[in-house]
Amino acid sequence: MSKHHVSAVINGEPTEFLCETQQTLLDVLRDEIGLTGSKEGCASGDCGACSVIVDGRLICSCLMLGCEADGTAITTIEGIAQGDHLHPVQQKFLEHAALQCGFCTPGLIVASKALLDENPNPTEEEARYWLAGNLCRCTGYDKVIRAVMDAAEVMRGEKAA
Amino acid sequence: MPSLNYAAPATVDEAVKLLAGASGLAKVMSGGTDLLVQLRSGRLRPDLIVDTKKLPGIMGIRQEAGGFVIGAATPGAVLEADAALTKAWPGVVEAMDLIGSTQIQGRASLAGNLCNASPAADSVPALFAAAAIAVIVGPNGKREVPVEQVPTGPGRTSLAKGEFILEFRLPPRPPHSSDAYLRFIPRTEMDIAVVGCGICLTLDAGGTCTAARVALGAVAPTVLLVPAAADALIGHKLDDATLARLDAAAQAACKPIDDKRGTIVYRTKVAGVLARRVAAIAFDRALGKTSAKTH
Amino acid sequence: MNYIPSDLKVVGTRPVRPDGVEKVTGRAQFGADMRMSGMLWGKVLRSPHAHARIISIDASKAEKLPGVRAVVTSKDFPHIASEEAFVGEGPMNFRDLSRNCLAWDKALYEGHAVAAVAASTQAIADAALALIDVKYEVLPHVIDVEDAMKDDAPILHEDLFTAGVTPTPSRPSNIAKVVTFKKGDAEAAFKSADVIVEGRYTTKPVHQAYIEPHACLCSYNADGQVTIYSSSQGHFMVRAYCAKLLGIEIANIRAVAMEIGGGFGGKTLVYLEPVAIALSKKSGRPVKMQMTREDVFRASGPTSGATIEVKLGAKMDGSIVAAREILKYQAGGFPGSPIGPGCMCGFAMYDLPNVDVVGYDVVSNRPKVAAYRAPGAPISSFAVESAMDDLARKLNMDPIALREKNGARNGTKTHYGPTHQNIGFLATLEAAKNHPHWKAPLKPGQGRGIACGFWFNIGGESTAGCHIAEDGSVVATSGSPDIGGSRASIGMMAAEVLGVPAEHVRTVIPDTSSIGFTHVTGGSRVTFATGMAVTQAAERTVEDLKRRAAQIWEIPVEAVEWKDGKAFPAGSNAGAFEPLDLAALAMKAGRTGGPIGFEVSLNAQGAGPGFGVHIADVEVDKETGAVKVLRYTAVQDVGKAIHPSYVEGQIQGGAAQGIGWALNEEYIYDKNGKMDNAGFLDYRVPVASDVPMIEAVMVEVPNPRHPFGARGVGEVPIVPPMAAIANAIRSATGLRMPDLPMSPPKLRAALDAAARTSSA
Repeated sequence: MSKHHVSAVINGEPTEFLCETQQTLLDVLRDEIGLTGSKEGCASGDCGACSVIVDGRLICSCLMLGCEADGTAITTIEGIAQGDHLHPVQQKFLEHAALQCGFCTPGLIVASKALLDENPNPTEEEARYWLAGNLCRCTGYDKVIRAVMDAAEVMRGEKAA
Repeated sequence: MPSLNYAAPATVDEAVKLLAGASGLAKVMSGGTDLLVQLRSGRLRPDLIVDTKKLPGIMGIRQEAGGFVIGAATPGAVLEADAALTKAWPGVVEAMDLIGSTQIQGRASLAGNLCNASPAADSVPALFAAAAIAVIVGPNGKREVPVEQVPTGPGRTSLAKGEFILEFRLPPRPPHSSDAYLRFIPRTEMDIAVVGCGICLTLDAGGTCTAARVALGAVAPTVLLVPAAADALIGHKLDDATLARLDAAAQAACKPIDDKRGTIVYRTKVAGVLARRVAAIAFDRALGKTSAKTH
Repeated sequence: MNYIPSDLKVVGTRPVRPDGVEKVTGRAQFGADMRMSGMLWGKVLRSPHAHARIISIDASKAEKLPGVRAVVTSKDFPHIASEEAFVGEGPMNFRDLSRNCLAWDKALYEGHAVAAVAASTQAIADAALALIDVKYEVLPHVIDVEDAMKDDAPILHEDLFTAGVTPTPSRPSNIAKVVTFKKGDAEAAFKSADVIVEGRYTTKPVHQAYIEPHACLCSYNADGQVTIYSSSQGHFMVRAYCAKLLGIEIANIRAVAMEIGGGFGGKTLVYLEPVAIALSKKSGRPVKMQMTREDVFRASGPTSGATIEVKLGAKMDGSIVAAREILKYQAGGFPGSPIGPGCMCGFAMYDLPNVDVVGYDVVSNRPKVAAYRAPGAPISSFAVESAMDDLARKLNMDPIALREKNGARNGTKTHYGPTHQNIGFLATLEAAKNHPHWKAPLKPGQGRGIACGFWFNIGGESTAGCHIAEDGSVVATSGSPDIGGSRASIGMMAAEVLGVPAEHVRTVIPDTSSIGFTHVTGGSRVTFATGMAVTQAAERTVEDLKRRAAQIWEIPVEAVEWKDGKAFPAGSNAGAFEPLDLAALAMKAGRTGGPIGFEVSLNAQGAGPGFGVHIADVEVDKETGAVKVLRYTAVQDVGKAIHPSYVEGQIQGGAAQGIGWALNEEYIYDKNGKMDNAGFLDYRVPVASDVPMIEAVMVEVPNPRHPFGARGVGEVPIVPPMAAIANAIRSATGLRMPDLPMSPPKLRAALDAAARTSSA
C-alpha cells in the first residue's frame, strides 16, 4: 500500500506529510516532520512523554496513527510558547525548578496547559490526578505541582506573572 | 513485508463491507488505546484497520426515549463532561473515567473497552450492572444485545465477522436509582484493575432495595454478573447483615487467577471488600445523599 | 573552603537554569533527537531465553533483505581479555562489558543482545531481526540470589571461582566474591548485650526507570574517526569504553554529550554505542539506535535483588555493643553487584565498637546490574534501619534518641576503615527531632516511621573552564553531562568568583575533543569536583584579570583588587583609576596577553559524605493492604546548597524513588526466567497522585575541602525511604514487613495472619 498523504494544522501551521499506516503520530512528528520535542518514553501510553493536544483534547501521540491526523489541529510542545513569550506554565516550571533532566517536561507542560484550559482552578489533588499519566522520575512531582498551581494563579489573574 | 491498510469509512454500510470483505485480519479502531499497543508489541498483526470515528452517530451522547444513547467511539473525556449522563449514571461514567490517564481518556471508548474483552476492563462491570444494550451493525443488519453477551473470553467477543458496535443504550431510570463503580489498584492511578465492582440498584422510598445488578471484574475469564450478590441486596436495606451476605456472595463468585497483578486469595477477599464499599456508595446516591466522585 | 557564606551573592540563590528555556520549549536535544543524512536505523536481536548456549547464528537471510546494510554479532568485536578498571562507582570488567553488549557463547539473561542489524527504515530493521536464525541450547536458569548460591545451581560461568575465600575453590560457582569487614569482636560482644534484635529481609530487583530510553547516533568514517552522539552520564566514559571494546584509539573518537533524560547510575556505561559503531563501520553509514521500553527493562542495568540478615545487640541504655550483617546481592549475568558499598553503608552512620559484615556477590540469569543511586546502600539500610526500629521498640527508646546515642560524629572510625571528619549526622538528627512533622498528631490507622541513610560521595577527575568573551560575557565549560541541573550550579560558582550576576555566565558541556577529561556524572561528584574545577578556573581568570588591569594602569599587581566583577586600585595610594569591568578588560585582551580564560583539570580530593534522616507518615487500608503516604519530610546535610532548588529537587526525587521501591516496584519473573512486567503499566513507579509534597530540609554542615563547602547530595535521599515507610507501616499496623515491595497483597496477607494468631 502506498503511503498516506495527510494534511493537518500543527501549531497553527498547515502541514502536509506522508506516512505508513503503522507510523504513530509520535513517529510522524519526530521522524517525518522533525518536531522532536515530543518524546518516546514507552510507546504504550503509560508515561505521557509524548503528550500532545489534538482538536482540543489531551492525548498520547504514541497511541494515535499518523494517518488519523488528517484534518485535525494539533498542538505540540513546540507550539505552547508564542514566539519568545513563554506560556505561564513554562515560566513557572523554570521559576520553581520543576524540571531536572527535562525529558518528561514537554509532556508535562502540554498536559498542564490542557488541565488549566479545562479547569482554571484545580486543587492540588485534582492537579495530581490529572497529571498521573505523566511519569517523572527526577522530581518526585513536588515542584511540578507547585509550578502548575502557581501558573493557575497567574492565569486566573490573581497574581502578576 | 506485509503492509497494513487503513480506512476511515464515512458510512456504516461502507464500514461493514470493508470488515466483512477483508481477506486477512481486519480490526475496528475507535480510540486505538488498546489496538495500537497490541500492534506495537506484535501481539496483533492485522491487515486492515477500519477507523469508525467518522461514522455518523458513533461519537456523541444523546437522550432518547427517557434513556441515553452513547456513540460507541465516544471518548471517555466526553462522557465525563456530560452533566446529564453523569447525574443519571455516575457509576458508568466513573468506571469509564478510571481507564488509564487523562491522555487515554481523550481517546478510549466504551466499545473499545468492551470488545478488547480484558477480564479487568474497568467500564465493563458498570455497563453490565447498568443493563446496557449494545447496538451492533453488520452484514446481516442491526441487532441489539445485552452487553454481557458480548465478551466471551479473554480477548474474544461474540461479534461475527463484519460486525461492530454502533452505540450503547442505557435504559430510563426509575426514581431512587443509581450506580457506582470501584476498582482496587496498587497505586492511585494508571494500573489495570486487580478487582473491579459495579453495582446498579433501585430503592423504594423507604430505602429498601427493589432491584439490583452486581458485576465483578478481574476475577474470572470475563467480567461476571453475580445474581447471587444482587439477591443479597434485593428486599433489604443496607445493614451489616446485608453487607456480610453481599461480601460472601461476591467472594463465592470469584474464579480468579494468580498473575502479576494479584493472587487468587487476594482478589477474592478484595472482591468482597469492594462489593460492600460500592453498595454503600450506590445506596447513598440512590437516596440522593451524595454525588461525590469515588476518587 | 575559602568563601564565607555571609558574603555570597550568587551561590545560595535560585536563578533560572541556563538550559531551562530549551527544555521547556522542547528544543533541547536528547539522545534520540539527532539525525544525520544517510543514517540507518539499528535494532538489536535479543535472547528469548534466560540461560542458553548460543550454538550458531545464521544472518544470511537478514543480510539479503532489501534495505539491510549490515548485520553484526560478537564476531565483529575483538575478543578482548579480562581487564578490570575502576570507573565511577564500581569496578568494570571490559571483557564482561563486551560480552554484555553482544553475547559471545552464551545468552545469560532474557534480553541479552545476540545480534544487531542496520537498515534504511525501522520496519525493515525489525523484519531483518526476524530473519536471523539463532540456534540455542536452552539451559536451566536461576534467578533468586540464594538459589544461585546453592551447590546444585546452574552455573553461569565455568571460569568463575569465588574470590575472597581461601583456599581458592576448585569448582566454579555463581558466587563471584565474598567480602568481609570486621571491627572488634562482634561474636563475643553479643554475649554482653542486654537486648538482641534479629531480622531477615529480602528485596526484589528494581530499575532506575529513567523516562528516556537509551539512544545514540554513531558515525564511523572511512578514516577510522568516529563521532558518537548519545545521552549518557559520561561522554568520556562512552569514548573510553567504545575505544576499549572496539580497539580504536581514544583520540579517534569524539563523543558528544546530548541532553540526558535521567540516568541515576543506569547510564554510567554503554549498551548501544559500541554496537552502533560496529554497524556504522560495516555499513559505511551513520547508524541510529534507541532502546524500546521493554529493552530498557530486559536488557539495561536494573539493580540487585537481595537477602540481608541483621543482628544487633545493645545495652539497656541504648548503646549498641555489637552489629552483624550478612548481605547477598544479585549481580546479574556478570559479576559486579554493589556488594562492597552495601557492606559499608548500612552501619556507616553509627559509632559501633564491634561489627561483623559479610557480603556475597552472586551471578544469576538476569541483566547485569548497573549502579542505581547510592548503589548497594538502600538495600542495606532497609534492613539495618528496620532492625534499628525494632531495637528502639524493644528498648522502649525514642527512635531518634537511639540514633543519637549511637550516631557517628567527627572522629568516629567506621567499620570499613576511614574516620569520619566534618560530618553532619547529628545535625540532621537534631533537625529531624525539632521538625514539626515529628510531633504532629496521628489519627487511628496512621503510623510514623523514621530511618537514616549515608553515602560516601566521591571526588575524582574533572575539567572545567572559564572564558571571557570579547564583550566581557562569560562562558563556563563543564566536562560533566548535566543530569539534574548541575549546569546552573557550575555557572553560579564561576559567577560568584568573578563577581557577576548568574545570568552573565552561560555554562555548556563541550564534547570530548573540546574539553579535558572528566569522570562520570555519578557518585554525587559534579557540584563537588567539577565545581571545584570551575571555581579554580574562575579564580585563575580573576588573577589574570588583575594582572591585566595592573598592566593597563602600570601599577604592581598587588595593588589591584577584584570586587563585584571589576578591577579596582587597592587603596588611594594605588592611583585614582576608574574600575575596569569584564567588558573593558576584554576589549584590551589582545594588548594584555591575548584571549582571557583558563581550563582547569584536577583530581578532586576531600569529598564529604552525606547523611539523611527521613520521616514518613502512612495510612494503611487494612481491608485492601493499600498504603497511602500522607506526609514525608527528608532532612539531609548538604554541605552548602549552591542552588537550593536543585538540591531540594535531588532530595525529593530520591525520596520518591525510594517510596516506589518500598511499595510497588519489582521485577516479576515467570517460570522461564522471563520478565513478566517489562513496561510502565506493570512496573509501577510512583505517579503524581501517589506521593504528597516532599519537604526537603537542608542542613548545611560545610565540607571544608570544597571552596563553597559543598557535599554531594544526589544519592543520600534514596537510602532511607524504604525503611522509613516500613517503620511507618509497623507503627500503623504493628506489623514488621521484612520483604520488599510492601505491596497490598502482602500487607493484607500479613494482617490476616496476625489476626489469626491473635485470635488463636
